[in-house]
Amino acid sequence: MTNYLDFERPIAEIEGKAEELRALARSTPETDVGGEAAALDKKAKELLVSLYKDLTPWRKCQVARHPERPHCKDYIDALFTDYTPLAGDRNFADDHAVMGGLARFQDRPVVVIGHEKGHDTKTRIERNFGMARPEGYRKAIRLMDLADRFNLPVITLVDTPGAYPGKGAEERGQAEAIARATEKCLQIGVPLVSVIIGEGGSGGAVAFATANSVAMLEHSVYSVISPEGCASILWKDAEKMREAAEALRLTAQDLKKLAVIDRIIAEPLGGAHRDRATTIGAVGDAIAGMLAELTPLKRKALIDARRKKFLTMGAKGLAA
Amino acid sequence: MNWITNYVRPTINSIFSRREVPENLWSKCESCGTMLFHRELKDNLNVCTSCGHHMAITPRARFTALFDGGVFAEIKVPEPLADPLQFRDQKKYPDRMKAARAATGERDAMLVVTGEMGRTPIVAVAQDFSFMAGSMGMYVGNAIIAAAEEAVKLKRPLILFSAAGGARMQEGILSLMQMPRSTVAIQMLKEAGLPYVVVLTHPTTGGVTASYAMLGDVQIAEPGALICFAGPRVIEQTIREKLPEGFQRAEYLLDHGMLDRVTARARMRDELITIIRMLQGLPPAVKGDLPPPQPVQTTATA
Ligand SMILES: [Zn+2]
Repeated sequence: MTNYLDFERPIAEIEGKAEELRALARSTPETDVGGEAAALDKKAKELLVSLYKDLTPWRKCQVARHPERPHCKDYIDALFTDYTPLAGDRNFADDHAVMGGLARFQDRPVVVIGHEKGHDTKTRIERNFGMARPEGYRKAIRLMDLADRFNLPVITLVDTPGAYPGKGAEERGQAEAIARATEKCLQIGVPLVSVIIGEGGSGGAVAFATANSVAMLEHSVYSVISPEGCASILWKDAEKMREAAEALRLTAQDLKKLAVIDRIIAEPLGGAHRDRATTIGAVGDAIAGMLAELTPLKRKALIDARRKKFLTMGAKGLAA
Repeated sequence: MNWITNYVRPTINSIFSRREVPENLWSKCESCGTMLFHRELKDNLNVCTSCGHHMAITPRARFTALFDGGVFAEIKVPEPLADPLQFRDQKKYPDRMKAARAATGERDAMLVVTGEMGRTPIVAVAQDFSFMAGSMGMYVGNAIIAAAEEAVKLKRPLILFSAAGGARMQEGILSLMQMPRSTVAIQMLKEAGLPYVVVLTHPTTGGVTASYAMLGDVQIAEPGALICFAGPRVIEQTIREKLPEGFQRAEYLLDHGMLDRVTARARMRDELITIIRMLQGLPPAVKGDLPPPQPVQTTATA
């Protein structure tokens, strides 16, 4: 672990001390630090438990954006076989912020689509930090059509700060592309399941997450606007992001109460980035569970259920 | 300011001295700066008589001008949960709502009506920018669903006039969920084979543009309207360069293939009638003065 979040600093200090002791022991074998280091480890773990037991919404945003959090590509590599990327929107370009193609999930052929943020400077730039342009949404539309034609379930993995606010993106119809992708989500007669694995940023997320079943990782977030954006508009001060995060109700726990999402996937202690393999496995289990529920449904039932779900959404507020 | 001597007609100038003119009798065109007499502005559908700049117009004023004899019937919109998130920023959401309702006299940012335009039965819905910047929340979603259901029931086309600063942040995720919700409503219309015509007015932004406002069978915009997903300021901050003149304005979108037409407000009514009648296979509209139709029964949708 090298990347500590600001609120994890106390853990970083303790773990740092434990590491120092061990380094000392390695250079001078006669010193016995085992007991002391173990005590520090125990203390760090206790601190981690207490910090993550009740993360504030803003801290969840930070965890959801953690650079070492598993990204779309990690899930595709681990959970799918025969992944065959299919590129391009047939109009303008291939958007590298959106991965997608044919694959097998537990041997069953599916279409998988997701936002990919990249994991280092080079790939982050290549992936445009997971911010899709219209081409990304149009690629997704094309892949959903393909899935619909060959009766393949669609699995979407959502992890985006939002659609890219750029000049070309606007000129090429960012709004129209998102609207059409959302429309396509509502039209296809195959199971559509979605997992919000990190950030579900506004319209850019809706375009993929208008699904029969939506799951969220325990510390992921899904919101109409970033806390920073909301703070600068309503508080006229971007530094009020903690308050905005609180007010927006963007956590998986609140969204489940509002019936906006269907299930929460537990994360390992200290967040998905502390145990990527376990996280990825849990997401795989959730996808399998959601697909199993939807597989018996016929085309019309799938479409009707999806539409009804969104039409009735909002009937449930948060109890006072 | 020497606007009186610069702009106002001498006759009016001679009647009123500057001090005696009540403030609300005059509006300044934000585009060319001309002071416009309010009656003249109203008669011209809130379009500047000097430069043609299209100013905001309330849904009621718009519908009065659009429907035959100014007659239309309101369709009731199901009331959503008030303050579902118990949202509080510097003010509480219910307080903001109260203020907006008092200032506008409306329930929320969308008005749904039915009536006849050129003897063509229509369901129409207009977003009200003066109500919390036309922001899209549960009520706006309910309004679009009610409008679509009414149109399907009466087998009438739907015309939608959009205007919004974007999502209603005080309804958080539920505001965002109006994107798929309204899209379902539009799909009901399309499956019933009914025309859905969108008129984008200034400004139409964010999640509104990225859902029902971009899904029309025909997309028309008023001149000069800002139409975008991300606003120009956000884009300038992101790309750190100045945007070209007219960027994200109706005419720019037309040039980039994102709209069917840009139409002045004065010609909008005739154009809508012409288009709708063709889409519905009806004979051309009867020109000339028509007597106002009988008032339509208001049908409440559950
Ligand atoms: Zn003017």
